[in-house]
Amino acid sequence: MSTVGASQKIVDYTVVRAHLTAGLFFFVVVLFTGLLYGLQLQQLYPFPGIEILSPGRLRMVHTNAAAYGFLVNLFAACLYWIIPRLTGSPTLSVTFGRVIFWAWQLIVLSAAVGILLGEAQAVEWGETPTWIDPVALFGAALLIINLTVPIARRRDRNMYVTLWYYSAGFVWLALVYAMGNFLPQYVLPGVGGAAVVGLYIHDLVGLFVTPMGWGLMYYMVPVILKKPIWSHTLSLVGFWGLAFFYPLQGIHHFLFSPIPMYAQYGAIISTIAIEIVVFTVIVNFFMTLRGSADMLRTNMSLRWFYAGMVMYFTTCFQCAFHTTLTFQKVIHFTDWVVAHAHLVMFGVFGFWLLGAVDYLWPRLAGNAWYSWRLRAWHFWGTVLGLVLMFGSLTIAGLVQGNLWAALAPWEQSLIGSTPFWTARTVSGVMIIGSQFLLFYNMWMTTRRPTLVEEPHAVLVDDAAPAPV
Amino acid sequence: MHERFTTVALVAGVGCFALAWCLEAWLPLTHIGRIPVKTLEELAPEPTETFLELAELYPKSFKRAYGEPTADAFHDSLRHARDTYIAEGCWHCHSQFVRPVSNEDIRFGAVSTAAEYQNEMQLPQLLGTRRVGPDLSRSWNKHSTDWHVAHFFEPSWVVPTTVMPNYRWFFDENDEPNRTGIAMVTYVMWLGSWTEDWGDEIDEAGENDS
Repeated sequence: MSTVGASQKIVDYTVVRAHLTAGLFFFVVVLFTGLLYGLQLQQLYPFPGIEILSPGRLRMVHTNAAAYGFLVNLFAACLYWIIPRLTGSPTLSVTFGRVIFWAWQLIVLSAAVGILLGEAQAVEWGETPTWIDPVALFGAALLIINLTVPIARRRDRNMYVTLWYYSAGFVWLALVYAMGNFLPQYVLPGVGGAAVVGLYIHDLVGLFVTPMGWGLMYYMVPVILKKPIWSHTLSLVGFWGLAFFYPLQGIHHFLFSPIPMYAQYGAIISTIAIEIVVFTVIVNFFMTLRGSADMLRTNMSLRWFYAGMVMYFTTCFQCAFHTTLTFQKVIHFTDWVVAHAHLVMFGVFGFWLLGAVDYLWPRLAGNAWYSWRLRAWHFWGTVLGLVLMFGSLTIAGLVQGNLWAALAPWEQSLIGSTPFWTARTVSGVMIIGSQFLLFYNMWMTTRRPTLVEEPHAVLVDDAAPAPV
Repeated sequence: MHERFTTVALVAGVGCFALAWCLEAWLPLTHIGRIPVKTLEELAPEPTETFLELAELYPKSFKRAYGEPTADAFHDSLRHARDTYIAEGCWHCHSQFVRPVSNEDIRFGAVSTAAEYQNEMQLPQLLGTRRVGPDLSRSWNKHSTDWHVAHFFEPSWVVPTTVMPNYRWFFDENDEPNRTGIAMVTYVMWLGSWTEDWGDEIDEAGENDS
């Protein structure tokens, strides 16, 4: 158990807990802004005619808080937990980490307030008001420096694949953020700007969220299963495939636009190519799981990673088809795309992060989970909610796209979408309700008298009834 | 040697990113960049009919917001509308980009070209990625000034099935369009006014002088 003591010394539990809590706080913001926007599409918006609560503004808070509040905070919690463990070296400074934490929350909150006051920027996922952009970039750079130092200082000469992803992901985050928030705003008008915005939208997913997510998965799954990943070579094939193909794809967000066609074809071909790369990750996960699948019954964290991986397979399979011009004729501009975005951001990376929360929280609280039953309800409510949301919006997208192509009156596409938008609202309520089970469970876990003295000791799942 | 932070950061991080930037951004930009970028003054030198009409319909409110309907006031209103369009997130439900597929040219009008976007009104670009409501890049000839005023005030009065929120803060205490309201109506009735109207061919034949 000497290594346990060592990692406790080099991991700052406070900053992990802080980022995790903040991530879940912004998660609540994301959930409710999403629900309210969904209600607007059903003409049931509860605050009509109020300027700062205009649905158009809330929609931008929804995506902005999802990216910088929910995802960045939860990934930061994982990074602060994982990097010192993989490198045997602490971050640059504990105080520095906590200052960055508060600075980052201030940035995300100011962005939300700025958007509500009408200062949003017209860049998808870059809604952050223009005056906050340089500050946010600076904050991200500080976070990167704090977390890069242990990678540079590590004792082991070999780099585990997680660190490959993190190292490159840090560089990409800085480059992508600067490119997407400054060039289309100040330098490049029109379709040239659209090409860069396309790269930005896609790179933020592919070059920040994806490397952070894959890195997390490659760390968590072997740790939970207590065995190495199936193939280190394959994992590095995946790394170089991602590095090469992902940055090329952005323009697939603007197909059939006046951007030169060769750039559009290039984006389509590299998008199909990346699906092959994605399969290295999926194969590695399922081959690692082979022989240990029984743990899905007893380990909730693994179950989240498994569910996320199934969603990942779905989303990437879908991607290879709907990036083609044939599919784009019908599905572009429709709810199909919205369904896809939710499947990727929440169904895959959100689920993996919820798996990480499930793993980290008892270790941070020093108690075993309060209730297995609540965890199971949380899991099933969220998964079924997301599947309902994905299914209803995908069908809505097909309905809209086909009605438009058939030259039906525009209003017909709204009437045709109504049942699916109702199902989406129901799915949203399901997802929100399920998260409150998680929050209650987390709260009760912290309140119970310490059952396990060593925070890092193996925590057995609490008296599980026949697992659901 | 190869398993070092700096190697990964430089080769994968910077190298792959730079390669992609060259192929998917710099290269297309060399073509697009040949089209000169216009200022608003070059793009739309004179006030549109809508702007003049609004000055007559709402003289008090118009005078307070813009004074006389001069070219300068017109440019001021369009820039303000562009900023409002961004602040309200209009572009999350309305595109400004007609594709050459799915009968979009029949529904909306002429297919979009790169030159249309090389101007300061598309910095940042407003092509959009989702359509809950229709495309707006050809909205100039779809409805009347009165229709747009009523629509911003309460969309369901003119489109019962609409899911668009109302924009009451575009109106003053007398429910007349304020600085923002006048700007927005001018803007949506300016978008696409440089393209051919459906009726143009008939106009040229002298069979329709409306």
